[in-house]
Amino acid sequence: MSKFRKKKKGTPAISTASLPDIVFMLLFFFMVTTVMRETDLKIQKPKLPYATEVKKLERKSLVSYVYVGKVKGQNGDKIQLNDRIADVKDVKYFVFAERDTHPEDEVPLLTTSIKADIESSVGTITDIKEELRNVNALKINYSTLTGDVMKNIQK
Amino acid sequence: MARRELPEINAGSMADIAFLLLIFFLVTTTMDVDTGISRKLPEKQPEDMERPKLKEKNVFIVTVNRSNQILVEGEKIMTVDKIREEAMNFIDNGGGLGNPMKDPKTGEMLPAAECDWCEGAKDPASSDHPNKAIISLESDRGTSYGTYIAVQNELVGAYSDLRNRLAKNLYGVSYDKLLKDAKNNLSNEGLKEKIKYIKARYPQIISEAEPKK
Repeated sequence: MSKFRKKKKGTPAISTASLPDIVFMLLFFFMVTTVMRETDLKIQKPKLPYATEVKKLERKSLVSYVYVGKVKGQNGDKIQLNDRIADVKDVKYFVFAERDTHPEDEVPLLTTSIKADIESSVGTITDIKEELRNVNALKINYSTLTGDVMKNIQK
Repeated sequence: MARRELPEINAGSMADIAFLLLIFFLVTTTMDVDTGISRKLPEKQPEDMERPKLKEKNVFIVTVNRSNQILVEGEKIMTVDKIREEAMNFIDNGGGLGNPMKDPKTGEMLPAAECDWCEGAKDPASSDHPNKAIISLESDRGTSYGTYIAVQNELVGAYSDLRNRLAKNLYGVSYDKLLKDAKNNLSNEGLKEKIKYIKARYPQIISEAEPKK
């Protein structure tokens, strides 16, 4: 009688059926938590300069970004604020708009991060800095990668 | 006929598929870590404000021209990697009396004193005191941003090297380590005091002059 055959001895194999569930959970966790870039870049992706004396930017919600770089087929540096290419004069409205979205007590902590291409000219950056000074947005950060500064200097 | 059992689908390879996806996402997503050189812009001054009087020997002028050449103190052309040392020598010179400083313990103003933690040459023709030494970075509108950042980095680096050295001498750990420790336990007042003490000894005074047209 096969139904009453003696059971095989030995430890039963551990069921791995739930392993995919665990891994999928991890997968979804990573998929949900990773933030892709919020703004589309209209300019060419800036090649950031290298520096060694860098500080990490804490509290990302307090940081607003100004991109400086080139546009294909056009001369000169272009400034991107949010998701459109803007003029230097628009920087102050950008700062005001940014301030509106934060409570009053956080306003002095707002930082402007300048993500500028390694080949852009200092004049453009100075214009931006001047605009920021005009509206009293004094905390800035020159966005850089960590690395040897000698890589910044073109041969 | 014997009843055939429905064969179970082997789910063992499901894990492999999921792992593959997981690893793909792990590798392709770049968490944007934002790092950079933090600066504070000077406040806008009224037009008619009187310019502070500075002795020329207390100002260290670095000029970068439109072809990215670097001129230090109006006389020496140098490469980026030499600036740090030159700036350190200038800040750390300690050739005279400094601005009056607060006593770290009592908070009283002390009379102007010499820099007793400086290890510089004490050259009377160079800066008097770290708190009087000003670094001025002049640039041209056509200077490339890369060079500009490189020079800024070296100037900031000169200060951090000096602070590290002082912290090592006083507390046996570098200034960077102090900062890191202070961030990890925010309630440690002793660490904050140490950081403040060192910052006051080597205050970072870098002026970014408006570029010439």
